[in-house]
Amino acid sequence: MHQALRRGPSFPPAGTVRPAGLRVRWLAAGVFAVLVALVAGVSLGPVSLPPGSVAIELLNLLPGVRLDSGLTEREIAIVSELRLPRVVLGLLVGGLLALAGAAYQGVFRNPLADPYLLGVAAGAGLAVTVVLTLGVGAGGAMSGLPVTVPLAAFVGSLGAVVMTYLLGAAGGRSRSPATLILAGVAVSAFLSAGQTYLLQRHAESIQAVYSWLLGRLATAGWQDVRLVLPYFLLTALVVLAFRRELDVLSVGDDEAVSLGLHPQRSRYLLIAAASLGTAAAVSASGLIGFVGIIVPHTVRLLAGSSYRVILPLSLLFGGAFLALTDVVARTAAAPQEIPIGVVTALLGGPFFVLVLRTARRVLT
Amino acid sequence: MSRRTPRIFAATLAVAALALGACAERTTETPAASGSPTSAAFPVTVGSLTMEQRPEKIVSLAPTATEMLFAIGAGPQVTAVDDQSNFPADAPRSDLSGYQPNAEAVAAKDPDLVVLSDDRNKIVDQLAALKIPVYVTAAAQNLDDTYRQLTELGILTGNATEAADVVQRMKDDIAKLVAEVPQRVQAPTYFHELGPELYTATSKTFVGSIYALAGLENIADAADPGGKSGGYPQLSQEVIVKANPDFVFLSDVKCCQQSAATVKARSGWSGINAVRNDQVVELDDDIASRWGPRVVDLLRAIVDATSKAAE
Repeated sequence: MHQALRRGPSFPPAGTVRPAGLRVRWLAAGVFAVLVALVAGVSLGPVSLPPGSVAIELLNLLPGVRLDSGLTEREIAIVSELRLPRVVLGLLVGGLLALAGAAYQGVFRNPLADPYLLGVAAGAGLAVTVVLTLGVGAGGAMSGLPVTVPLAAFVGSLGAVVMTYLLGAAGGRSRSPATLILAGVAVSAFLSAGQTYLLQRHAESIQAVYSWLLGRLATAGWQDVRLVLPYFLLTALVVLAFRRELDVLSVGDDEAVSLGLHPQRSRYLLIAAASLGTAAAVSASGLIGFVGIIVPHTVRLLAGSSYRVILPLSLLFGGAFLALTDVVARTAAAPQEIPIGVVTALLGGPFFVLVLRTARRVLT
Repeated sequence: MSRRTPRIFAATLAVAALALGACAERTTETPAASGSPTSAAFPVTVGSLTMEQRPEKIVSLAPTATEMLFAIGAGPQVTAVDDQSNFPADAPRSDLSGYQPNAEAVAAKDPDLVVLSDDRNKIVDQLAALKIPVYVTAAAQNLDDTYRQLTELGILTGNATEAADVVQRMKDDIAKLVAEVPQRVQAPTYFHELGPELYTATSKTFVGSIYALAGLENIADAADPGGKSGGYPQLSQEVIVKANPDFVFLSDVKCCQQSAATVKARSGWSGINAVRNDQVVELDDDIASRWGPRVVDLLRAIVDATSKAAE
């Protein structure tokens, strides 16, 4: 970490150099990336539509605007009912995963922490498997899956985090972040085993379970967006509000205490908010890996290592990254879909290596 | 996270295998029955498999194989079927798994013939090591495969005459159904849904060939021209909406709780012809994914749904 932080984030004594904060040009770049993703997301797809007409249709979404774009009713539906919710969901889910990843990395002082660290993935997986194999709840349509599936994913994710927390806290006196991570490993292994066992017993559900696990924006609709949006706002607000505390926490608890902060309290609040956001993302779009690790570190390497920089930029760039990868996922092999997880890794991996090799800053 | 990638392959495989078995190998065996099909004289030989005596303790590890065995009258010789073999109702279901076959568990039933569709967990080699005869009813690519498997099972189990009758009856029923298909200027288009993630089957697949008999045109054919996806591509939603199929057939009713109502509720689907004209057809998952004697029922369901539809 850089030296300036040792002074504490909010007390810049006169005459010292402040740590590099969030520069306007980076913020502008982030907003620009989101806009690019939005425009590309609605204009590009396996069905080619004239960009001008798409733009007119987007304007028509505004209240009081009625312009003729020359598109058929069905093409209009493709833009407003299929592409737009898909892009918006990509922005929300990508932003949430990157933000949660950044928060976890700070809280646990571990560059390898990812949003699924505390058992979220395994918990969601088990819960969804239970619902699909035991055939609990049919009915309502949400992404073509029963409403119970997103709900199960959500409850399962949070249940796993609570389990991890209880186990980690039961670790006795050593309530270090490392204890929590190890508890997360144990809980994940335990829940995954339960899921595997259930799948073995109910092989007929393998298809349904795996297709959910893969992570997908392919069947996104406005229902999914409505599902995620409140959690997105809540998580973003809480985590961003604690950006200074994260800066201090990532240095060490002693520093935090000496500044009059409550490291333990901030830590658990951040964990709760990040877990909630991750659970919401997972319940809407399954398990999409990679974004939560790669985006925060890329931001850190390029824009600065203060959480006041990393958190808002991770939110913007994470969303833009996922929405853009999704454009590739639906156009590269059109009219077929490529699973989004494959694309995030294929595109993100080499890019991140490039950043690692060229960046002047160091991780940790 | 690259460790997701194997899962993706696994899942794709699982989807494909569950759909119909994407990578079914053509067994290039010709029924070389010793003796005429009417005389059930043993030993008999099919391909490289020779049965010295009439099998009396058959174990089936595949739902399609179970349906075939019971259809040709070999039911009384079957002692155990796998946990997915839910038809006919009186088949002796056990906890044996066809997805994760266990040679020991199979051997414990002391079978004199094992019929399975999918060589998983090296089950064929393991059973061979235990000197248990195995006949593989690989996923059929077309109706001829179905007829061949029925015929060969008939020979192996000593029910050659009944098997020949079943095949003949199927051929007659299918011919009758095809004759019912109205002459149309323009073939109606359809989308066959394997799962809510919009995997589908092209005309190159077994199930696609059944739709072709009913005179329908598959909207997915353009998506997999070279057959790279083994005939089971995953389509983008907007491609389906744009293609505007006249019919949507659901084979994910039981597995994934899909219905005409859930399709209608999907974002952006309300405008397609199939939804507008109430032509979303809920098939029976099992009948739509097996290549046994009940394909006649599948064809009937398709013809019934499409022939009464307005031009």
